[in-house]
Amino acid sequence: MFGYALRRLILAIPLLIGITFISFLVIHLAPGEPVETTVGESSTQSDAKLRERLREIYGLDKPLHVQYWNWVTRLARLDFGRSFSPDARPVLQKIGERLPITLLLNIVELLIIVTLAIPIGVLSATRQYSTFDKITTVFVFVGFATPDFWLALMLMIVFGVQLGWLPISGLRSPTWEYLAFWKQQWDFLAHLVLPILVATFGGLAGFSRYMRQSMLEVVRQDYIQSARAKGLPERVVIGKHALRNALLPIVTVLGLSLPGLIGGSVIVESIFAIPGMGQLMVQAVFERDYPVIMGNLVIVATLTLVANLIADLTYSLVDPRIRVAARRGRR
Amino acid sequence: MKGGHPLRLGGLLLLVVLAGCGSEADTVVDAGAGQGGGKPAYGDTYVEALQGNISGLIPNVLSDGPSFEVASLLYNGLVKYDKDLILRPELAESWQYSRDCLDLTFKLRRDVRWHDGQPFTAADVVFTYETMISPRTPTAYGSDFKSVDSVQAVDPYTVHVRYKHPTAKALQSWGIWMLPKHLLEEAAREGKLREAPQNRTNPVGTGPYLFKEWKSGEKVVLVANPNYFEGRPYISRVVYRIIPSSATTFLELKAKGVDGAKLTALQFKRQTEYPAFRKAYTKYQYAANVYVYLGLNLRDPRFADRRVRQAFAHAINKREIIEGVRLGLAREATGPYKPGTWQYNANVHQYPFDPAKARALLASAGWTATDSDGFLVKNGQRFKFDLLLAQGSDEGRKVSEIIQSSFKDLGVQVEIRVIEWAALLKDFIKKRNFEAVILAWGITPDPDQYDIWHSSKTSPDELNRIGYANAEVDDLLEKGRGTCVEAERKKYYDRLQEVLAEDQPIVFLYFRDGLPVVSSRVRGIVPAPIGINYNFNEWFVPLNLHRYTAG
Repeated sequence: MFGYALRRLILAIPLLIGITFISFLVIHLAPGEPVETTVGESSTQSDAKLRERLREIYGLDKPLHVQYWNWVTRLARLDFGRSFSPDARPVLQKIGERLPITLLLNIVELLIIVTLAIPIGVLSATRQYSTFDKITTVFVFVGFATPDFWLALMLMIVFGVQLGWLPISGLRSPTWEYLAFWKQQWDFLAHLVLPILVATFGGLAGFSRYMRQSMLEVVRQDYIQSARAKGLPERVVIGKHALRNALLPIVTVLGLSLPGLIGGSVIVESIFAIPGMGQLMVQAVFERDYPVIMGNLVIVATLTLVANLIADLTYSLVDPRIRVAARRGRR
Repeated sequence: MKGGHPLRLGGLLLLVVLAGCGSEADTVVDAGAGQGGGKPAYGDTYVEALQGNISGLIPNVLSDGPSFEVASLLYNGLVKYDKDLILRPELAESWQYSRDCLDLTFKLRRDVRWHDGQPFTAADVVFTYETMISPRTPTAYGSDFKSVDSVQAVDPYTVHVRYKHPTAKALQSWGIWMLPKHLLEEAAREGKLREAPQNRTNPVGTGPYLFKEWKSGEKVVLVANPNYFEGRPYISRVVYRIIPSSATTFLELKAKGVDGAKLTALQFKRQTEYPAFRKAYTKYQYAANVYVYLGLNLRDPRFADRRVRQAFAHAINKREIIEGVRLGLAREATGPYKPGTWQYNANVHQYPFDPAKARALLASAGWTATDSDGFLVKNGQRFKFDLLLAQGSDEGRKVSEIIQSSFKDLGVQVEIRVIEWAALLKDFIKKRNFEAVILAWGITPDPDQYDIWHSSKTSPDELNRIGYANAEVDDLLEKGRGTCVEAERKKYYDRLQEVLAEDQPIVFLYFRDGLPVVSSRVRGIVPAPIGINYNFNEWFVPLNLHRYTAG
């Protein structure tokens, strides 16, 4: 199994290079240049000079393949470069300061989704066509159909403006540094409630549906039948025999959602004024801030590849059949 | 600085910003019940919404609105536009021009200190100038000093500037933010102002507020400068909250999470008229420095005919557009200058809405025949063109739809095409590959618009995008920028407006209104032609109304 993991890792390298090359090409093909946004839209004589100067500083005056080569060789030394935006800060620093809040939100969100979606999915599968199943079905379709931004605004109006229970946006109150320690923590948590609620809502719908489907397939299998025939209590049949098998596809989905953890939702972050990765990326795209875009892309691509690998490896942990097959294969 | 998804502005951005938000004489205060006097008191926090993250803290190398808004409280220039858009001394005590407009001498204030306690002197002025013109400095504003021959510190509090030729905007250019030599000299020499810590964590200016912290994408915090040369500002702390969504900003206003923000026309007119809001906030209204226009590519033979352009001006009902698109919160534009400013000339040819006259003008230009669909035809070609506009601008979309329908009545077929901004600029505007376009210009308090109208400014990166060429206009523009005597300039610009009105190189539509609201507990706000923010250091909250105990 170790050899298998190593082989997969080595294979990932050319894949990563291919991904970055295509992304680099596509981003540079988009109309507009980073200098455009820094210079502003004015373009008097000296601005033309500034434009040339900036192109030179950023290396945009060189042919595309040279630019890519320079970028890759720097990346090989783990140098992600500096942002093209006027603050000229290192890309890793910019990503580093935005990442914690996005990670926090997404991990909490994912945990809530998993803890709620699995029981909901199992219950609606085992009680197919019951009232509970029907209610969750309706909930799921509402969840799918509700746009994030609309739900966010409605919650803000109700809990922020009308009831005044929760803060509307941002991460901290304007007077945060003057609050006592515990009040600070409470203030911070209160700011997270609405964004997490909104982000969870849509994901919960999809995930619980997935779980239900997977469970429904498993309970029709023969071995469930024989488990019941053996006289095992229903709790064990469902909780042990069925659930473990039904979780397999869920592991894949979970694995694939790992890279999404650092992505950040553009809509949720913009509407709640949360300074996370989503906002950073959108701004970078608008400014054609190539180093930030590419930096983020490399990280996401790497995580996706790693997550895929982890998902495959986890399979063998939860599914004895794969473990056995692997052992046989080695012999 | 701008609301929603604005029409994209072109050009002259710095000048717009140096002057803050502009306004015309008839500014309006729509006071809620809470507005009143009260005794000035120190303290409290003012929370303002910013629409975007700031990009740095040395404004001389930046170009975005949010950064300028923050910087305006941290830095000063030698001169500054006052509330009536007239230049007044700021860090300078006085200035003197020689008779030939070639020598400009500034006497500096002796009581100004940088935020770190060092005195501000003539050496800083010379340093700022040298930084601005250095080819290593990534600034968009170096051209303001192009006609400077030399800048000298005569003594620590006297600066002498020699010009190569008389320059109308000379004085205004010294509104540039002064930078501290003792901190930035090395960074400026290496062309690394953007990388300097002063651009990120530790800006040092001379302004009324000191920098406290900047949490990227979240907020910027400033605190009052107790040693400010005009006296300590009343409000102790300013928090700029960065809120990208204007819908969220509006809800934050309603929940009193922010004290000041700019409203959209719809919010201003329809969604803030209930008693609780009017009690909590005071609404202000003034003409902003932005006008929206219909640009026609004059390289197209159809639009090169002046009668066609005049016909278009008569065919567009500007009142209807202002009512429909801006809910009445805009003013008709008759030319490129804002009503109420010294350079504005009201006695120019007007184009009242008159479809019959428009039809007659088109007929005189040879557009007489119509085809089976009722559209005008000349030489077998139907009068039809594409009208381009930037994506995301609801305002632009509505304006173009109204124009489309008016022109249809006239017999002219308009196809509206919405294009992403960067692509619109690069593939259509710069390549001059367009027939007609809806855009906006940001204007400056100074009337010099050489870059927009002069016939020499038509290369791809330049701003005479429509390809306008008129010998008299060229001459007026050259004369207008070549003297420092205002009365003389007024003559040239009055005539310029007459010619532009007659020619209609673009169809001038309207000046938008700026629509700020401020919490009614904040007093001392006096709206003026320049807007409301010009005297921020005099704003105060009476002691009994303090909301935040901070500071």
